[in-house]
Amino acid sequence: MQRTLPQPTPETQHFWDGCKLGELRLQRCAACDETYFPPRPFCPQCGSRDVEIVTASGRASLYSYIINHRPRPDMGTAPHSIAVVTLAEGPRMMTNIVGCPQTPQALTLDMPLEVTFETHGEIALPLFRPAQA
Amino acid sequence: MKPKTIAIVGAAETTRLGRIPDMSVIGLHADAALNTLADAGLKASDIDGVATAGESPVAIAHYLGIIPTWVDGTQVGGCSFMLHVRHAAAAINEGLCTTVLITHGESGRSRVGGGGGFGGRGGSSLMGQFEAPYGVTGAPSMFTIPALRYMKTYNVSEEDLAWVAVIQREWAARNPRASYRDPITVGDVLSSDMIAWPFRKLMCCLVTDGGGALIVTSAQRARDFPQRPVYVLGTGESVETPMVSQMEDFTTSRAFRVSGKKAFDEAGITHGDVDHLMIYDAFAHLPIYGLEDLGFCAPGQAAGFIRERNTAPGGRLPLNTNGGGLSYMHSGMYGMYALQESVRQMRGIAPAQVPGAKIAVSHGVGGMFGASGTIIFTNEG
Repeated sequence: MQRTLPQPTPETQHFWDGCKLGELRLQRCAACDETYFPPRPFCPQCGSRDVEIVTASGRASLYSYIINHRPRPDMGTAPHSIAVVTLAEGPRMMTNIVGCPQTPQALTLDMPLEVTFETHGEIALPLFRPAQA
Repeated sequence: MKPKTIAIVGAAETTRLGRIPDMSVIGLHADAALNTLADAGLKASDIDGVATAGESPVAIAHYLGIIPTWVDGTQVGGCSFMLHVRHAAAAINEGLCTTVLITHGESGRSRVGGGGGFGGRGGSSLMGQFEAPYGVTGAPSMFTIPALRYMKTYNVSEEDLAWVAVIQREWAARNPRASYRDPITVGDVLSSDMIAWPFRKLMCCLVTDGGGALIVTSAQRARDFPQRPVYVLGTGESVETPMVSQMEDFTTSRAFRVSGKKAFDEAGITHGDVDHLMIYDAFAHLPIYGLEDLGFCAPGQAAGFIRERNTAPGGRLPLNTNGGGLSYMHSGMYGMYALQESVRQMRGIAPAQVPGAKIAVSHGVGGMFGASGTIIFTNEG
């Protein structure tokens, strides 16, 4: 079954273009230095339109999650994590934690993570796995 | 409307008009809003009221970084904005907010974006792009996500969550209209089906059918009606974000805190004055967040407060006395049933009536901690 996928908009296209290139792109305000997500063409902190696209390190830590025991049909049949991670640069984002058992024992809060991209046709989704280093 | 009490001090359109294929609906809202803020010499932090149609005011407030004490999402077609001005006038005159931003954006020609109305998860909405791809299936897989961070921060266990459901079932047992009335134990809750770890079925609200309605009029007219009047003593509301992943802090709801504080300030009461409390319990962690964010308990103390039977029958703060969304009923937007129980308690006719109750607080949530409303009632005129 086809995975539910995002439909990029002009304001978010750079983010999804970055994912296809293996880059996690955030935005930073030139006026107040705020780094923010999700994408928008102005700073949500101070309102300045003078913002730039920056490439994040891809490092994150596990902020919170659930293990969904009733997966949506496009997510397969096995229980899987739906998580929120805190990026090293500060913003948080929803994702799935992959590359480890989907169990409370394997998924411990604050564990270090790194981004990995999973390609679905024209979209590459940013997922996170336990940090290798 | 009292003539000449209200003025427009900022007005602007989007930077461009005509054909704008490089901006989505929410982008057009924001462009117009930023131009209007500049026109007025204001920043987003100066705004405490948001009205909009098409997009949800929750989404607009979050996108722009506004913390409102009043929102209006009235959507009745093209004249929505005239109604917003009128509603804003009433809100400002009533002291619900001071400075309202009314936004519009529509990609009528290019059809870019959209679908961001309340609860909208269309593929181009922010939720559609940045939450839906990860398998969220509605409230059980979204509303629950913050809880684990709370549990780790305050050393709260799955047993603590289970106690919320057990004690609310005790209230439901006293209510002939409750969907589930048989007593349950912590063991029953912890052995019920796993839905979204750490949440099991009995920690999740019911899914039932029903409805409710209210009639509101002036206190002056109220004594002409057959029922005992229930007076509104204080009110609050706020919104935070349509995306649960973007809450400021997973251990507390900003919308709850802003809404609750405004209601208590308006009412001029202290927490010790409250005889009866309703906190919208879509899931077992909601009463815990509510007790803390409304100020009844210090951060991290609410689970113990519940477990020690302070909110149970015979306790000093009767909570969710109809059985709540966990045991009474939950049709999807449960706030109406919380209000109905508050009104019954203030009329003195509730099945599990709190003897002599004079002040009742009814606190609701919308979306996944996205919005909040608080109404404080009294039966003393």
